[in-house]
Amino acid sequence: MPAVQETVDRVRRIDVDQYRYGFETLIESEKAPKGLSEDIVRFISEKKNEPAWMLEWRLEAYRRWLTMTEPTWARVNYPKIDYQDLYYYAAPKPKKTLSSIDEIDPEILKTYEKLGIPLREVAILEGVEPPPGGEPSEQRKIAVDAVFDSVSVATTFQKELKKAGVIFMPISEAIREHPELVRKYLGSVVPTSDNFFATLNSAVFSDGSFVYVPPGVRCPMELSTYFRINERNTGQFERTLIIADKGSYVSYLEGCTAPQRDENQLHAAVVELVALDDAEIKYSTVQNWYPGNSEGKGGIYNFVTKRGDCRGNHSKISWTQVETGSAITWKYPSCILRGDNSRGEFYSIAISNGYQQVDSGTKMLHLGKNTSSRIISKGIAAGKSQNTYRGLVTAHRKATGARNYTACDSLLIGDKCGAHTVPYVEAKNSSATFEHEATTSKISEDVLFYCTQRGLSQEEAVGLVVNGFVKDVLQQLPMEFAVEAQKLISISLEGSVG
Amino acid sequence: MALLEVKDLQVRVEDREILHGLSLTVNDGEVHAIMGPNGSGKSTLSHVIAGKPGYEVTGGQILFRGEDLLEMEPDERAAKGVFLAFQYPVEIPGVTTMNFLRTALNAQRKARGESELLVPDFLKKVRSVAAGLNIPQDMLKRGVNVGFSGGEKKRNEILQMALFEPSLCILDEMDSGLDIDALRIAADGVNALRSPERAMVVITHYQRLLNYIVPDYVHVMAKGRVVKSGGKELALQLEESGYAQFEDAA
Ligand SMILES: Nc1ncnc2c1ncn2[C@@H]1O[C@H](COP(=O)(O)OP(=O)(O)OP(=O)(O)O)[C@@H](O)[C@H]1O
Ligand SMILES: [Mg+2]
Repeated sequence: MPAVQETVDRVRRIDVDQYRYGFETLIESEKAPKGLSEDIVRFISEKKNEPAWMLEWRLEAYRRWLTMTEPTWARVNYPKIDYQDLYYYAAPKPKKTLSSIDEIDPEILKTYEKLGIPLREVAILEGVEPPPGGEPSEQRKIAVDAVFDSVSVATTFQKELKKAGVIFMPISEAIREHPELVRKYLGSVVPTSDNFFATLNSAVFSDGSFVYVPPGVRCPMELSTYFRINERNTGQFERTLIIADKGSYVSYLEGCTAPQRDENQLHAAVVELVALDDAEIKYSTVQNWYPGNSEGKGGIYNFVTKRGDCRGNHSKISWTQVETGSAITWKYPSCILRGDNSRGEFYSIAISNGYQQVDSGTKMLHLGKNTSSRIISKGIAAGKSQNTYRGLVTAHRKATGARNYTACDSLLIGDKCGAHTVPYVEAKNSSATFEHEATTSKISEDVLFYCTQRGLSQEEAVGLVVNGFVKDVLQQLPMEFAVEAQKLISISLEGSVG
Repeated sequence: MALLEVKDLQVRVEDREILHGLSLTVNDGEVHAIMGPNGSGKSTLSHVIAGKPGYEVTGGQILFRGEDLLEMEPDERAAKGVFLAFQYPVEIPGVTTMNFLRTALNAQRKARGESELLVPDFLKKVRSVAAGLNIPQDMLKRGVNVGFSGGEKKRNEILQMALFEPSLCILDEMDSGLDIDALRIAADGVNALRSPERAMVVITHYQRLLNYIVPDYVHVMAKGRVVKSGGKELALQLEESGYAQFEDAA
């Protein structure tokens, strides 16, 4: 497998610390003063030129948040977060109002190029500027929304998407341009009162992506958002809302990175998905926030609420995640299976190394008749990390014929790490069939020796075995992401043996 | 210079000495058979030659073309041409046999400073080797040894041996678990690989295998030592009289 070799080569080129996205971009930025208050909420809303209803919505969330306490049930430990010691808004200082991609600060463009996300090239592909002397490329297109600290800096392919009737834009723009859609759906899956972090996000979210796919439309390309935290001491609170109207289909990819810093940074996002009758949403994440250094210093605190609502009959929502980054991950992408015959899927690879702590899993709430769900979770723990799968599957009294299949496999590398599985199952009607399988294994000495006897280095052997272990899930990812994820997996496990 | 020279090798596992001063010399092109009762240390010897972790070498040395093998990592030994066909091949779920073979072959070639084999050339090679061993193509698409029968696992070992073209092949009980037909096919595969540039060490309990793979030398191991060496007739003699006489000698 050439990817393994390539991975090893890449790993070798990386110096002491393995995180290759750890650079910082020096640009001027505009920040709100530190701390959180009603004034800050008003400041953010004003910066975004929001209508009054939006400000009210935020303020209500803020007041609610003041009455809430941080949850402690997850298997993660971290020092108390001082919410008054954070910046809640930071934006790259624009030279003037942007009207085309050429006016984006070249430093930011360079950042995305370094990350392998060529906003400029993508803009050329859009057909606005055909490449000199060439036909527009037939290469597969991916529309990108790039979010830098608190604001969206560029969204590509807007024209082509518009032709198909697909709306893909920063949520801050959608609030102004499509208030009827936003008002109808925002908070309808994750209510403002949902949980401590989601409520905080509702009060202070600054940007994120908005997608609406009209009835019967199959979105003509993959949509993707790349999140980048750059500023120091800044929380990132993005908000994503995706609506697939009747009979439509969309595949959405999300990627994220952050500079390497000694202090921890907070990331508290909310993602809401709504699938109406016969619609399908496929949501894939490669989460690679800075995990902290080998002593456990620094890294992102990732407290994320992701939930999909299969609101229509025969609708389908599928979550696929590859979690390799963050010092702390607290994340449970879930599905509410409301429509009859709706289906939810959760495919997860969660890798922890060093001092990382992962508490992740899913909830499948069966409300409609003949609903089905499938959970495939692969947890890999190395170094001194802790990796927990936490899952909840419930069938409502009326959810006759509900079916769930859950398989949780954990792989331990070394003997200083831990893997834990915490499944909750609750069926309120007797016709539900829930199956659960769980395994925990260690990467065996015999397997490693077999591979090294055949010429693989210790590192290559681990990479190969782990890639085999997660194969079922990798296959769920769109091609481009699968290749990237495979490389990432081996890089994340660098130094985990020997 | 000898291909493999094991001199007065002493090996401990978890504070227990298993090999108590074992010596063995193998030259290019020779086929050596090692026989001996259960627990006499045959697999231990093959593991130590291949570099399996967990064994403590407390005395003696192993030279491979004059180089100190004990100083090398297992993958370096493999790239130099040491191949071990395992008594118990492991399963690697999710990694197709084809993918595994290609990754391993290219890793070895790279370590020797050779270029990677192009995909079409690789496929051609694997297909012809597999056909010669009666290995169906769809077996190569399955996970390494996953769900393989005992015989299929052993054949997969011979397949790798044929593909990697090592200069020293150690076959640890390749006949166990094989039916008569499979044994003949595997032995034919091994015989096809006999050449003046390649030596073999064949570990077995049964004279039967040596009817197919006729050795130049036979060694009897007992209690962690080679207690007797001779020609192929020694195997026949063992078949009749058993190991008791040698165990006493050890
Ligand atoms: N990891 C280990 N820990 C403890 N004892 C071990 C270990 N490995 C081998 N031994 C012991 O060393 C001795 C030799 O074992 P080995 O497997 O080399 O024998 P063998 O000659 O290959 O036997 P067989 O013919 O049954 O395959 C046995 O007594 C075995 O129990
Ligand atoms: Mg043995």
